[in-house]
Formats: sequence, structure tokens, C-alpha cells
Amino acid sequence: MTVITQTAPETTPVAVMPGRVSPLASLRHTMTLAWRSLVQIKHNPLELLDLSVQPIMFLLLFTYVFGGAIAGSTTEYLQFSLPGLVVQNMLFATLTTAIGLSTDITKGVFDRLRSLPIARSAPLAGRIVADTLKQVWAFALFLGLGIVLGFRVHQGVFGVVGALALLLGFALAMSWLSVLIGLLAADPEKVQIMAFSVMMPLTFTSNAFVPTDTLPEWLQRWVEVNPVTHLADAVRGLLTGGPVATHATISLLWAVGIAVVFAPLSLRALRRRT
Amino acid sequence: MTYAIEAEGLVKRYGETRALDGVDLVVPEGKLLGVLGPNGAGKTTAVRILATLLRADAGHATVAGFDVRRDAHRVRSLIGLTGQYAAVDETLTGVENLVMIGRLLDMPRAEAKARAAELLARFDLSDAGGRAAKTYSGGMRRRLDLAASLVGRPHVLFLDEPTTGLDPRSRTELWGVVRGLMAEGVTVLLTTQYLQEADELADDIVVFDHGRVIASGTSDELKATTGAQVLQVRPTEPGHLGMVADVIADVVGERPVVAGGEATVNVNNPALVPSIVRRLDDLGVVASELSLRKSSLDEVFLALTGHRAEEPSAEEPNVKQEVPA
Repeated sequence: MTVITQTAPETTPVAVMPGRVSPLASLRHTMTLAWRSLVQIKHNPLELLDLSVQPIMFLLLFTYVFGGAIAGSTTEYLQFSLPGLVVQNMLFATLTTAIGLSTDITKGVFDRLRSLPIARSAPLAGRIVADTLKQVWAFALFLGLGIVLGFRVHQGVFGVVGALALLLGFALAMSWLSVLIGLLAADPEKVQIMAFSVMMPLTFTSNAFVPTDTLPEWLQRWVEVNPVTHLADAVRGLLTGGPVATHATISLLWAVGIAVVFAPLSLRALRRRT
Repeated sequence: MTYAIEAEGLVKRYGETRALDGVDLVVPEGKLLGVLGPNGAGKTTAVRILATLLRADAGHATVAGFDVRRDAHRVRSLIGLTGQYAAVDETLTGVENLVMIGRLLDMPRAEAKARAAELLARFDLSDAGGRAAKTYSGGMRRRLDLAASLVGRPHVLFLDEPTTGLDPRSRTELWGVVRGLMAEGVTVLLTTQYLQEADELADDIVVFDHGRVIASGTSDELKATTGAQVLQVRPTEPGHLGMVADVIADVVGERPVVAGGEATVNVNNPALVPSIVRRLDDLGVVASELSLRKSSLDEVFLALTGHRAEEPSAEEPNVKQEVPA
């Protein structure tokens, strides 16, 4: 503590100091902050397990506990439920953004980042880039484990890529909601509670896990509009065959709607903080 | 004289409350300004405005000559900020925290690493550099936090209650670091609830209360503003305390505060002291202690605000920024 190396502040040539951030620098800042969110995995591979526990658990539980009762056989149910589980997991995972943001805000890291001469968008964008990569990981895990358990892809690589693209597109739209929650929640625990109380009913009142016609009629009407239903159906179509276009279109319309509503609200909440 | 920080008429409202109610302050280049005040006096709000994190509702401010609102980006490249709680990413190691800041400041990777190693050595964290920050003690986290605010070699440093919650040893160590920075010519604005801290470090002090600057000057000037010196008399015989109080009341014209076996009173005219001594002598009262001293900052604060500077509670709530702090 007592050793003070002489590092006088260099006289920065103030005149040539840029007044704003170039697009290239913005990208660099975003990537640095994405690295920051992912580097923990390098040190602590258990983090990766953290990301994977829920997918693995749900996949095993649904297949072996509900499979027989719902579809008569576990493999047959897997074929139906895996796309639903993928969608559910994607929705839950969008809240990683909210939890991370809320943690940064409560710890003061968010303010530190905002006091640096970096692109204003970088703290959010960096987080979203990292969380998108985590989504890709979860999707690959689901598919890999599913195939081991007996899931069969019938639509080839294009189907898989299409399903992933659709899921990521929807996840990106949902990030705006996630950012809003992260900015408004008092602390990360509140985000978890909110996540559970919104995402559970949303994902279960869909055809992600059971066919719509087994539900009471009043519920069917909601299930038919629920974006989770259309996403699940679109992913089913893309992976195992079946109609895709309508469901994908409705899913994307929902995604656009969600982004249109929540992007301005998030940006307003962000500006409010200043 | 050039000012590194200049603020004029800063106002910030949160609904009905005025967190800042027209604050003016200046910090000459290379000096340390101590912003002293109790919790909720508006210190943090002022720092957040000057560090471009918050917009004032009225008034304007410049840091290193740049307007904090219009030229926020340039201001950000010249400042360092250490907030009330250690703003480090706990999942990253000490090295990674600092390298991340370096990279964000557009340093090449090698330079960012070298700067991180240099700062860790300086703050006695070299051995812990490879460990996740969540394993650090409170004092270590603060040091890492301060190191993070120094990565970009700031010209102006904002330290918002940097020692709140630290044990006395870590506090003294941090003071040493701040002195070192001042020796290098860095301008510092330091907020604190600790009067001793302002007394130790600050060239100038401003006292905040309820969003206003209620006094400013050097530590000595502030102590002189109450106009008073403090007379304390402790009789050898505790039973004589009543007599001592009577004599003082008679001579000074004000009843002293009697507590802990001694009588304490503010006196404006030191010439009164000999007559008190004479009167006590006549009465056969022997004083084991008799002192006349300048008011402490504590007493100044009491005189200025009408209340004591509260000691911060052990565990401060992590206020979200909506709450005026």
C-alpha cells in the first residue's frame, strides 16, 4: 500500500479527444462486456452446468414421468414435448439478462460502466450477446440429450438452423422485456420471483407439453393465441415435420409486438435513471 | 485559478424532495475537496451529477472544463469514480476486473494486462489477483474498486464515501493511497460522513445538509466560523463539579454542559479564562484538567446544522438510484 509508483496523469491531448464513440469502438466495447459475462465459465466450468441443470432435469422428468401418461410411450412423448421444452427453456433463459442487469445495478457495476467513456449501448448489448450464446448452448444441449434419449430430427440441418433462428429471434425480442424487468426490479431475487410467476403459467397454458384438445374449452381459446403455442408448433414443424409457415409467422408477429412495446419502455426506464 | 470541477446552482428533485437545492462548489486543480454531510444530505446525488450519471434539473457543472451534460463523453474519459459500495464484478478475478476496464478504455490487451498488474501491486493485491473478487475481504474489494477507477489515469477522481464500512486500519491505508494520488496531482472530490476524514485529507471542505451547502472553507476556517473555543474544566473532586458549573455560568454567562465529570462550554472571549481560574482558586477548587481548544469539526457541524453528523449505520442499505441518497 505504501509503494506509490510515480504515474502522474498524462496530459491527454484534450483537443483531439473524441467527443463520441465510433461504431467500431462500440462493437469492441460490446464484445469486451460479452467476454466479461462468459469468462466465468472458463474458470468455473460448473457455471456451464448451472446453465444446463434445468434443461436436463426437465427433459428427463417430462419424458419419464409424464411420457407414459400423456402419450402412452416415452419416446413418442419426447417427440412432442422436446420442442415445447426448448421453447420454455428459451423463455426462462431470457431472464438471465434481467438477473445480470439487476445484479450489476445493485452492486454498482452498472454505474461504473456508465461512468466510462464507452458506447451507451455496450453494457446492454454485451450482456445480450453473451446471453444469446448461452441460448445456443442450451438449444444444442436439449437437442443432443434429446437425440440420446430417442428424439429424431426429420427435417435435417436446415430445420435445426431454422428452429434455432426462430428461437433466437423471439429471445431477442423478449430481451427488451427482460431489460425492463432488470431495470425496475429492486434486486435479483425479485427478478427470480417475477420470472417464476410469469413464465410458469405462460409456458404451461400452451400446447408445449399437452395437445390443445385435452384442455377445457375456455383455456383452449387462450392457448390458441399464446405465442408459446405457436413457437412450440413452429419448432415442432421445423424439427420433426408439420406445418411451419403460419405458426412461425404468428410467432414472429408476437416477437415484433413485444419488441415494439417493450423496447421504448426499456429505453425510457434507462434514461430515467439519468 | 483554473478549476477542475465547477458547479453552479445544481438542483435535483425526486418528487417533492429536493435532493439538491442549489449547490455551488469549485475544486481547484490538484486539490482535494471534502464534501461533508450526514446521510441523505445530497452528497451522492452531487457526485452522480458531476460524474455524468445523473442529470441535474437545473444549474450546470463542468469537469476539467467540459460541460457534464453536453460533453459527457469527454468528461468520462477524464474521470474516475469509486462509489459507496465496491463496484466490482464479483465473479471475475481481480486481474480480469481491471483488464476489462482497460479494454473498455481502448487499451491494447498487453497494455491492459500490464496496467492491471501495476495497479494490483500498488494496492497490495498482486497475490489475490488471480482469485474471484467474491473471495476478497471488504477492504480488498474497496482497494480493487479504487484500482478500477484509476486504470484510465483520471485527472479528476470522485470518491463517494470510500471508507464507509471499513475498519480503522483499512481506512488509514486508504487515506495513504488518496494522499499518494494527490501528490501526483490528481484532483479529488471526496464525500464522507466522517469529520476526521475530511479533516485529515481535505484542502477545502463544504458542508452539505438537506441538499444545500451550509458552510465552506478550510478545516481551520470552519472551526473558526462558530467563533467559539471550547473550555473544559475537570475538578479533582467530582463533588466540586456543581461549583465549577456555577462559576463558569457566572463568568461566561452561559451554563456549561456537565457530563463525564467535566464542565464544557463555548467561550468567545479567551480573556475570561483567567478570571474563572481565579474564582475557582478562591473557592479552593482544584482542576485536574483545564483546557481551552478550538472547536472540533464535530462541534462545528452541530453548531451549523443543529444536529450531530450521524455515524453511518453498520449496514447501509444499497439504495437504488431512484432514492435520493
